[in-house]
Amino acid sequence: MQRLSARVATAMRGVRFPILPLSALIIMVIGMGIMQPRATSYIGLQLILRFVLPIIFATLAQLCIITASDIDFGIGPFISLVNCIAATLLGSHPVLCSLLLGAGVAAYGAMGAFIQIRRLPSIVVTLGASFIWLGLALLIMPTPAGSAPNWLGATVHWRPPFLPLPILVGIITAILAQWFFHMSSYGVVLRGLGSAPPSLRDAGWSLVLARSALYALAGLCGVISGLLLTALISSGDANVGTPYTLLSVAAVIVGGTSFTGGVISPIGAVIGAFIMLLTGVLLSFTPISSDWQLSVQGILLLLVLSLRTLSRRPVR
Amino acid sequence: MNGFAARLRENRWAWSFAGALVVWLITVLSAEGRGAGATLTAALGFAAFYVMAGMGQMLVVAAGPGNIDLSIPAVMTLAGYLSIGVMKGDPSMLWLGVVIVLATGGLVGLLNVGLIKIARVPPMVATLSVGFILQSITIAYSKTTTAKPPAALMQFALGRVAGIPWIAIVLILAAATLGLVMSRSVFGRDLLAVGQSERAAYLAGIPIRRITTIVYVASSLLAAITGLLLAAYSGGAALDMSSDFLLMSIAVVVIGGTSITGGRVSAAGIWGASLFLYLMSTMLNVLGLGAGVRYVLTGVIIIAVLALSEDHASA
Repeated sequence: MQRLSARVATAMRGVRFPILPLSALIIMVIGMGIMQPRATSYIGLQLILRFVLPIIFATLAQLCIITASDIDFGIGPFISLVNCIAATLLGSHPVLCSLLLGAGVAAYGAMGAFIQIRRLPSIVVTLGASFIWLGLALLIMPTPAGSAPNWLGATVHWRPPFLPLPILVGIITAILAQWFFHMSSYGVVLRGLGSAPPSLRDAGWSLVLARSALYALAGLCGVISGLLLTALISSGDANVGTPYTLLSVAAVIVGGTSFTGGVISPIGAVIGAFIMLLTGVLLSFTPISSDWQLSVQGILLLLVLSLRTLSRRPVR
Repeated sequence: MNGFAARLRENRWAWSFAGALVVWLITVLSAEGRGAGATLTAALGFAAFYVMAGMGQMLVVAAGPGNIDLSIPAVMTLAGYLSIGVMKGDPSMLWLGVVIVLATGGLVGLLNVGLIKIARVPPMVATLSVGFILQSITIAYSKTTTAKPPAALMQFALGRVAGIPWIAIVLILAAATLGLVMSRSVFGRDLLAVGQSERAAYLAGIPIRRITTIVYVASSLLAAITGLLLAAYSGGAALDMSSDFLLMSIAVVVIGGTSITGGRVSAAGIWGASLFLYLMSTMLNVLGLGAGVRYVLTGVIIIAVLALSEDHASA
């Protein structure tokens, strides 16, 4: 017991709790409560927040990639592909469907190894891969169709006691991700890939394996995100995942993770996912047209990054 | 043997033309020789748009690791909508349309540079976010306008002389000029130096900020002009008119032999790669394969070319 608390103390040292994103989130929830008091009831939160579920896992996928100082521009189309596979096969051929989704995770792992071995820029590889995911999704489902099996739909409509499901999932995933990257020994090694790859190699770790593991983990999160999305919309659409690329990058960055150097904040990323969802919700409570949602999210991302550099760098 | 390998390495752009030729031959053969000339004319006409957007992307990419312009498709659509919207099909308003296009491109370019150089936002996030902001401006604006482009503009975008589209002739000259600028002018040399090592370029007294500003503004300007001409080519602006151009602008640069990590460019290769990618989609259509296969193949080819041409692994 004492050993565990010592380990927690060690792990918490150097971890800055994402105070700024959390304050922003609380302010947004209060603002929502003032504009629409019923929105903050248990049922209101369950309904309004349920679309955060796929965003949380898309964000965790992006977090894994950004941990390696890379970026994934294909996560949105990958989520579409998972959605099309699940909407076509999960009900009728669950085994085949699981195999295909497993192949998707393996493909992500292979992509990571490939990027490491050939030293390729992740941005172009993932952008190229995004066309592969989109093409495969279109081959499976040229026009929106399909459905989610009942048991899958039931998972996202489950009402746990006390806390609405989206909040419960948010808390659990934040703790798990924080534990993995900051307390588990291999999680710490994986962060090393982003901050000091030469030291990692000199210490005897395989860089290929490490990047591959981060990418496979991202693929797994992408699969979960796609399944949750399928459960929510109960149909398949080859373009449905597109917005998740921007949402995931923005959520990770808004949550306090920096682009390079393996300095990440898993708790912040999950908070960022809620913030990105709430920008859309808050906008829908105002008379402003939802056409501007992309602008608001883009400006938010630029603002956070600009303020961060301005506050950190001394003026030259 | 060594000399031959070295020559192939130096002339990477030639591969893109060879690829274009092979794909064209397959298309012509599978159509039993019919439409060989028409296919080529159409390819020259449409590839010119890829070339135009690709030249801007090439300049940005040449500025070194991390530099990339993801706002190109959004600039294209916005410039297309704004200019077609103010001209309302009236040829006497053509000047205003052109002014709007240049202003849009110039302002977006400066915004990108400001975010990258002053606010220190990584280029890909800066240009991506700017792109999303422009996209929602376009969506909001598109609800108020449906106009046809002026006839004179459409004639330029669609017209041809001796079977060769005007626009292709202009873009062949433009690419040749850009090639000369990159290899002969002080600006071109400076840009390649910045792309190879920003630190060394800084120590050599090269005005890095000015070079970066020029390439990002040039990229946005070219994208805006592409948007105007593409809108004229297709008889009006559409929200999805540039959806291919995010990947395509990068693909033609990479496949054409420009190094994605900067410092090495090929303007001729952009033409080869643009023809190759356009002819490949024609070939897949002729063979009866749909959009899905085309996307998958495009993605595979980009990654394969990237893996074969970037040899950092040995370094």
